[in-house]
Amino acid sequence: MDLLIDILTWASFISGSFFLFIGSLGMIRLRDFWARLHAASVIDSAGIGLLFLGMMLQTGLSLITVKTLLIIGFLLITGPTASHAVANAAFSSGSRPRDLVEDASSTKPTAKKRTPRRAKKPATKKNGNA
Amino acid sequence: MAKYIAHGVFLFALWLLMSGIYDNPLIVGFGVISSVLATWIVYRLDLFPTVDGAPSLNPWALIKYLFWLVVEIGKADWAVTKVIIAPETPKRQRLIKVAARQNTDIGRMMFANSITITPGTISVETYEKEFLVHALTGEAADMGGLEAMGKRVCDLETPTPARASKEAG
Repeated sequence: MDLLIDILTWASFISGSFFLFIGSLGMIRLRDFWARLHAASVIDSAGIGLLFLGMMLQTGLSLITVKTLLIIGFLLITGPTASHAVANAAFSSGSRPRDLVEDASSTKPTAKKRTPRRAKKPATKKNGNA
Repeated sequence: MAKYIAHGVFLFALWLLMSGIYDNPLIVGFGVISSVLATWIVYRLDLFPTVDGAPSLNPWALIKYLFWLVVEIGKADWAVTKVIIAPETPKRQRLIKVAARQNTDIGRMMFANSITITPGTISVETYEKEFLVHALTGEAADMGGLEAMGKRVCDLETPTPARASKEAG
């Protein structure tokens, strides 16, 4: 049983490292900022996911497993948020991908930019402690 | 007031979980102090998350969705890996618009984050009823797949009072 777990751990560590390597290679090889963002997201999802899977197999069911799950949860939320923030900043400052074959951003948006919901109805918003 | 107490208790439970020390009064005391302090800061800054209509995602459906998403991420990872190691670098990037029909903020957040975490697509900008999505390749810009993902996120949303009143108003 221990041997099986060790083999599975090795498999996930090695495949996780493979995806880390592929992601880093992509960051160097791909041609522009936008394509490189996608390489980073391979590291974010497959690389980190498989490495943490291996760590959880080693710790077994314990407090550390719960902590590892929490770390995965935080990374799954913060990783895409950071990617989006960087992409959005680049988009707002006028950067566009190379070799675009389809660009929907130049067409007029069908509705104007979304306003925060809180601003729409300030009077009816209940605030508990207010 | 009750939500601030619940917030503080939740933070303290998290402290106990993370430290794993329950019998040292000093450490537990530090936990009490820091959760009270953090809750007070949240109260002072009025930072309490305003989720309209409480948790509006169906928890079981959410777990099922997460498993489905993991499989999708795996497939997309492999597709992007093939793009990276292919001799030709990709020359057909796209910026496309994907309809976002979610009614709640948390649903929109889930959908946009799901798009971004799937390698090959990144949500770039949000509009009233759609997202601008950057796709690395033509296969990643598969409109049917993205729409299917949006449909699944829509199914996660349970009809809440907030949503019902919004539809009425």
